[in-house]
Amino acid sequence: MDYFAQQLINGIVLGSIYGLIAIGYTMVYGIVGMINFAHGDIFMIGGFIALITFLILVSIGLTIVPVILLIVLLVSMAVTALYGWTIERIAYRPLRHSFRLAPMLSAIGMSFVLTNYSQVAQGARVKPVPPIITGGYTLHEGAEGFVVRLSNVQIIVVITTIVLLGIFTWLVAKTRLGRDMRACEQDQTMASLLGVDVDRTISMTFVIGAALAAVAGMMYLLYYGLVDFFMGFVAGIKAFTAAVLGGIGSLPGAMLGGLLIGLIETLWAAYFSTEYKDVAAFSILIVVLIFLPTGLLGRPEVEKV
Amino acid sequence: MSRDDILSVENLAMRFGGIVAVNDLSFTARRGQITALIGPNGAGKTTVFNCITGFYKPSAGTIRLRNNDTEMRLEKLNDFRISKIAKVARTFQNIRLFPGMTALENLMVAQHNTLMRASGFTFLGLFGVPSYRAAEKAAIELARYWLDQIGLLARADDAAGELPYGDQRRLEIARAMCTAPALLCLDEPAAGLNARESAALSELLLKIRAEHGTSILLIEHDMSVVMEISDHIVVLDYGVKIADGSPQAIRDNPKVIAAYLGVDDDEVEAVEAELGL
Repeated sequence: MDYFAQQLINGIVLGSIYGLIAIGYTMVYGIVGMINFAHGDIFMIGGFIALITFLILVSIGLTIVPVILLIVLLVSMAVTALYGWTIERIAYRPLRHSFRLAPMLSAIGMSFVLTNYSQVAQGARVKPVPPIITGGYTLHEGAEGFVVRLSNVQIIVVITTIVLLGIFTWLVAKTRLGRDMRACEQDQTMASLLGVDVDRTISMTFVIGAALAAVAGMMYLLYYGLVDFFMGFVAGIKAFTAAVLGGIGSLPGAMLGGLLIGLIETLWAAYFSTEYKDVAAFSILIVVLIFLPTGLLGRPEVEKV
Repeated sequence: MSRDDILSVENLAMRFGGIVAVNDLSFTARRGQITALIGPNGAGKTTVFNCITGFYKPSAGTIRLRNNDTEMRLEKLNDFRISKIAKVARTFQNIRLFPGMTALENLMVAQHNTLMRASGFTFLGLFGVPSYRAAEKAAIELARYWLDQIGLLARADDAAGELPYGDQRRLEIARAMCTAPALLCLDEPAAGLNARESAALSELLLKIRAEHGTSILLIEHDMSVVMEISDHIVVLDYGVKIADGSPQAIRDNPKVIAAYLGVDDDEVEAVEAELGL
């Protein structure tokens, strides 16, 4: 039981990170109908920016941890958002009215560009950081000496995710930008006839998606204490899986899918085998898609009249 | 172009490859009036609309819009600028509401430009600056005013896609009005409406003209609506203007009757000769 509780905590933390990345996939799919395969690498860039900012802040002698974390968060969100905006501007927008596969191919290309650029610029080795946040709470001490622990990093990851998700849901549901995004999602021509600048709205979608991925990148850095140039690939594929599992185009679906993938992966690794954890996650995806083709919370595709 | 005209189309031509959809068309729409564009199927009415609203670049000709003493060339604008700069709104033959958004939200999207300015281009809006809140409140007020005008206030929070067909038609017009247009282009607003709904539509359009002074350009097949509300009618056939005048004059025009009844051109000439035209 204690073991299960501990794995549950670990799974939720991992799932939160996947969920934050998955939102970027699902938003972009909703508004332009393409899978942004470079999004995983945006997450990786976010991790690197967080690492670089952290090292700079430490080297200039800043020692107050909450201040460091806040600056790292804001800087990595801002810089990564700029990456997201630039990628949309140079790699996707020129191809928007081209054939359907063109932006997707461009996205795969962009993914390679970002991976290799990071490899050249930052080196191929894994970059570790010393634990920034230490400590935690012991929730329960089992009879056999097994301890259920909730570390401070885990608390921060989960709370940050919940807060961001709240802000983001409010943004989409209640603000002008959110309404414009939903309008563009449903009928871009009509939205532009009502005065909405569709290009700008799509840019903002990429900016927000990238900022959320940057947060995920920073959380990953805090949680695992390392980044490398290749981490975007697997995390990106998992988050994409999460988005599809939850129902692509659905925001709560992305978060739910992220949590499920995180839990499945962690629990499988804990009880069966670590080697096959990815196989388990993807198998469950396949089973869900056979029975629920639109994912858990996805709407069935509505035919446009 | 006189001061009384809001729209002036001059020598407009639109060719698709070898097909001439509109040829050498000139007409004007007067400020504060309802101008109807009628003609048999395939006459090129919607093509004219698409040229006016920036969907097509005309092959030749000019489309001038005069508003507050500034004159704009519509064929040189496109995309969201048609709404933002030229203040032209339009609807389509088929319903193009945002079905997944509520009726109120549909009307809020249409006020994008006002809110965009008030929100300081997004950033101030995110932090809930008071001026933005006031603008948002005013936008909701305007949306509710229009919902009330079309009798849908009670259904403000229902998804637009779930409203009855006739209500959706009127909601589209209300949404177009929320952009505060100088010229409202309606493409067959009465299509698929029953007699009672058509009458309600006519009433709404007359009210828009009377209370808001919005100039309306209308494509319509329902002659009862056209004859009842139009101040001025332009008749197209095969992309060419065949008549232009008051409803009464159009009703009696043999060329128009012939076009609608599908008579050969030489027969029209015979009728004209008989009538001494």
